[in-house]
Amino acid sequence: MGDSVSMHAPYESSGLMGTLRGKVGMWLFLISDALTFGALLAAYGAMRMGDPSWPVPGKILDIPLTALNTFILICSSVTMVKALSAVRRGDIKGLQKFLLGTIAGGAIFLGIQAYEWTHLLTHGGLSPRKDLFSATFFAITGFHGFHVTCGVIYLLAILAQSFRGVYTAQSNERVEIAGLYWHFVDLVWILVFTFVYLI
Amino acid sequence: MGTAAHQEPNYMKVFWALLVLTIIEVILVYLPMAKLFIAVALILTALAKAFMVAWYFMHLRSERWTLVAVTVIPLLLALDLLIGLLPDIARVPF
Repeated sequence: MGDSVSMHAPYESSGLMGTLRGKVGMWLFLISDALTFGALLAAYGAMRMGDPSWPVPGKILDIPLTALNTFILICSSVTMVKALSAVRRGDIKGLQKFLLGTIAGGAIFLGIQAYEWTHLLTHGGLSPRKDLFSATFFAITGFHGFHVTCGVIYLLAILAQSFRGVYTAQSNERVEIAGLYWHFVDLVWILVFTFVYLI
Repeated sequence: MGTAAHQEPNYMKVFWALLVLTIIEVILVYLPMAKLFIAVALILTALAKAFMVAWYFMHLRSERWTLVAVTVIPLLLALDLLIGLLPDIARVPF
């Protein structure tokens, strides 16, 4: 972090990527994470195509409820970009307000997912051991839910730092980096929603 | 990249586009059409949404092309691996 703190114009910095080390680091992490999700979805697709008796997800899973959850996650991405643009204007109250909104969105998403899982496990007769459909469903949505949980904790840490006066209009790279992670989690959910629920 | 490239995109426009595409996706599922057609339409819609999140929300549009290349090339290689393996794994023709 030493370099980024001392830079006066962080977005004009030189180097191959022309951006901050922290941001490049987060992008590299997100690519490796994308490959993990890619492997999960590819394995899911391969197993599904290899099994003619694979059920239609829409007949087992609650699509309207999950569509609502997708909507909530998209909204939380919007509040995240608003949080970053607020701190760049020097509006710390706005940063905190929008960060709180983003955290709330993530928490509601997790709440609905917990409700969905409970419902499927108790009334839907699904369990990770039942069949490949159930196993892949819980593995993929669970891995994503774990990412949302980490994101909520991550953003809570950023929010706590904002109350200690860490972020200003000039120094806010860590808010942007946290935002990258949060938007990535949203991006992955868009794909999970399509491949696991809709198709 | 000059400062002009860092002008904020209209985030609300992106939001409405994502919302409309999500609604289209949910409607598509219930349409009485060929399964293959619906699947292809859903995948294209999802990729469009994922691209919008990366391009506008993650500011890929205002990054230098080297960073864009670093993010896109591994994903293309992974896709290539997948497309190469699928015909061997899948028993259902697609």
